Amino acid sequence: MTLLQVRNLTIRFGRKVVVDDVSFDLDAGERLGIIGESGSGKTLTSLAVIGLLPEGAVVDGSIVFDNVEILNRSDGQLSSIRGNHIGMVFQEPLTALNPLMRVGKQIAQPLRIHRGMRMKAALARATELCERVGLPDPERIVRSYPHQLSGGQRQRIGLAIALACDPSLLIADEPTTALDVTVQQEVLNLINELVREQGSALMFVSHDLPVVSMMTERVAVMRSGTMVELATVSKLFGGARHEYSQMLVRAARQSDDEFVRISEGGHR
Amino acid sequence: MTELLRAHALSRTFKLPRAGLRSERSVRRALVEMNLTVNEGDRLGIVGESGSGKTTLARLLLGLDIPTSGTVSFLGETLPLSDMRRFRRQVQVVFQDPRSSLNPRMSVEDIVLEPLECLAVDEPHSARIDEVLTSVGLSRDMRTRYPHELSGGQRQRVAIARALAPRPRLLIADEPVSALDVLVRDEILALLANLTENLGLTMVLISHDLSVIARLCDDVVVMQNGVAVEQGKTVDVFRAPSHPFTKTLIASVPRLPEPS
Amino acid sequence: MMRGNRTLTIGISLVAFSLMMFLLSFIWTPYDPLEINPELSLTSPSWSHWMGTDENGRDILSNIVLGSRATLITGVLAVVICMLLGVTIGIATAMSPKWVESPAIFGTDIVLALPTVLFAIVLAAVYGPSTYTAVFAIGIALSASVAQVTRREVNVILLADYVTAARASGSRNLRIVRTHVLPNLRASLFVQASGASAIAILAESTLSYLGLGTPPPDPSWGRMMASLQQYLIIDPIFPLWPGLAILITVLGFNLLGDGLREALDPTLRRDVE
Repeated sequence: MTLLQVRNLTIRFGRKVVVDDVSFDLDAGERLGIIGESGSGKTLTSLAVIGLLPEGAVVDGSIVFDNVEILNRSDGQLSSIRGNHIGMVFQEPLTALNPLMRVGKQIAQPLRIHRGMRMKAALARATELCERVGLPDPERIVRSYPHQLSGGQRQRIGLAIALACDPSLLIADEPTTALDVTVQQEVLNLINELVREQGSALMFVSHDLPVVSMMTERVAVMRSGTMVELATVSKLFGGARHEYSQMLVRAARQSDDEFVRISEGGHR
Repeated sequence: MTELLRAHALSRTFKLPRAGLRSERSVRRALVEMNLTVNEGDRLGIVGESGSGKTTLARLLLGLDIPTSGTVSFLGETLPLSDMRRFRRQVQVVFQDPRSSLNPRMSVEDIVLEPLECLAVDEPHSARIDEVLTSVGLSRDMRTRYPHELSGGQRQRVAIARALAPRPRLLIADEPVSALDVLVRDEILALLANLTENLGLTMVLISHDLSVIARLCDDVVVMQNGVAVEQGKTVDVFRAPSHPFTKTLIASVPRLPEPS
Repeated sequence: MMRGNRTLTIGISLVAFSLMMFLLSFIWTPYDPLEINPELSLTSPSWSHWMGTDENGRDILSNIVLGSRATLITGVLAVVICMLLGVTIGIATAMSPKWVESPAIFGTDIVLALPTVLFAIVLAAVYGPSTYTAVFAIGIALSASVAQVTRREVNVILLADYVTAARASGSRNLRIVRTHVLPNLRASLFVQASGASAIAILAESTLSYLGLGTPPPDPSWGRMMASLQQYLIIDPIFPLWPGLAILITVLGFNLLGDGLREALDPTLRRDVE
């Protein structure tokens, strides 16, 4: 069942075209990666899907989520979808969380807005969610402020907020880029697990090809606003069609080979 | 083998600002009893995550900070030298983010000129600027450009040119490619590899990225919470890590799927 | 940079208006502002005297024009003093070692806590009221807040990697100030100066109103307001004129400052990727 249909998505700021004619589908429960470097338009594409484009963005084309057209919809109509059917995790856990509000309350917010839960019930559910995202001592965490937690913990909170209402789509925009490498692995595993458990679809945006290939089955490669290739991970690594994709794969392979050479003393 | 830089029992502790009205101030031990030797021709990697103390170490080695205890010595002399200009002419640095390490109001020419003027480098400055820009792969007409007119990779090249202008013996690179796009990283790493070889430059490379270290460094020091937990030849440490942290680090590197 | 920045345009227009009056005061006024005509005392606005006459029969319009001098000179001079003093102290404090910085901040805080007017009263009591005591008092009082804002901004600039890089390149403090701190402080200084101008002008008017500024017979808007106030019953429009003049000038500088901030900040942040 097609959950998300993006057709001819074009985003402009004034005369500058930053996303040019992008189209792709996402089925329910499917995991799609969007890979590109800075300026490729990958983040704007993901923001368009959740209807959070910045002021001044002119959008053309169509984004249909669960049979509902997202583009040019009013904020009021979109807010019933955001945090409810579509959840989003951002790159920088420090700025994505309100520094003046206890994290438990922040997790409770989508529950109160979309499920009409009362504060007490919402906080109880928030505590459960903290446990589900692997945070030790959830009762204490729920009462903490963001600055009292580590980067990895904050990102887990971000996940808890995004997944609070069991969304059918989780959008993750560079969720581990700002984290230490050791923590990165844990958080990625967590995302994998939760998405699988819930049966949600995943849209994973990143510049890191090895990470994307680990988290998704299909990858859309973006460059300067255009989608240059859309292929399964294995096909991409087996023989990418577009030159740019080939360059990305080559660079990733080189790093990987280098690493293998040093740490295992041989080639694959 | 000339010993260029040595850190001996180097420690740096920061006093944190008072929280509330309590009288005691907590301390943060950024670096604890660090011992390090950099010989001429070495390519040393320092690996660690955030909070490991690697940036603090870099600043101490560069004489940009004063240790709480322990010493840093250059060619046998303890820092700070009476003539710091001599030190700075020989030990230079490249920072992580070229967007913040270049003054947005200065042209490329001004940026590369600064060390030449401040360190009283004894050769025609203009010619040297041309020379060093060429050696990092930039054309001479870049001189009049400003940082915001350049790409990330070009900016980092300018930063490298600035560091190389006074003809240093030792280059400390603090996460030189972390802020760059993946494809550009390769170019800059290749540039650094070439330069160290052609100019006989000694290099200390700080990174959290093991593949970067693997590519450029013969020796490595692994840091965690301000302490060096493991040291040795890169091949040895990566192949047979002894410390649990090193093992975790190596296991955390995202790997590619097998080719189909 | 200034496309459609209404705040800035209005600000500039209002300030220009006051400046024109200032320049005009050197060339021509409708009447001699100091000429006393007792028979014309307190006449309402008419075709011969557009704003009416004061209790001494002096043309109000001419006095407003001439009064712009005291206001603008005080304003400009006070701002020059407060900026020079404030920026120097701000930069010096930010770049000093902790043991110098802390008492300096403390000192600045104390001066900040002193109301400008109180300070001026003390000075006037000691040296007698004059335009220059007003300039001095306002300049010093304002310098404290300029110093504080500058110090904070300089501290932020000093955190930038390019300053560390400059130190690694051998730059010493003086050079860092000249090459890195000042150029990056420019925008903020413009904004601060505009804001300080508005406060200085308002302060001068207040001091004159209280009799602590420009002494008679030289006209000053503040003093005019004080003296004409008593004649409200005769015609409420009398004190309105100097009040309006003050309002327009202060508003003008305020909007100028706001408009500048709007115009300069986003440009700085615009990054060509």
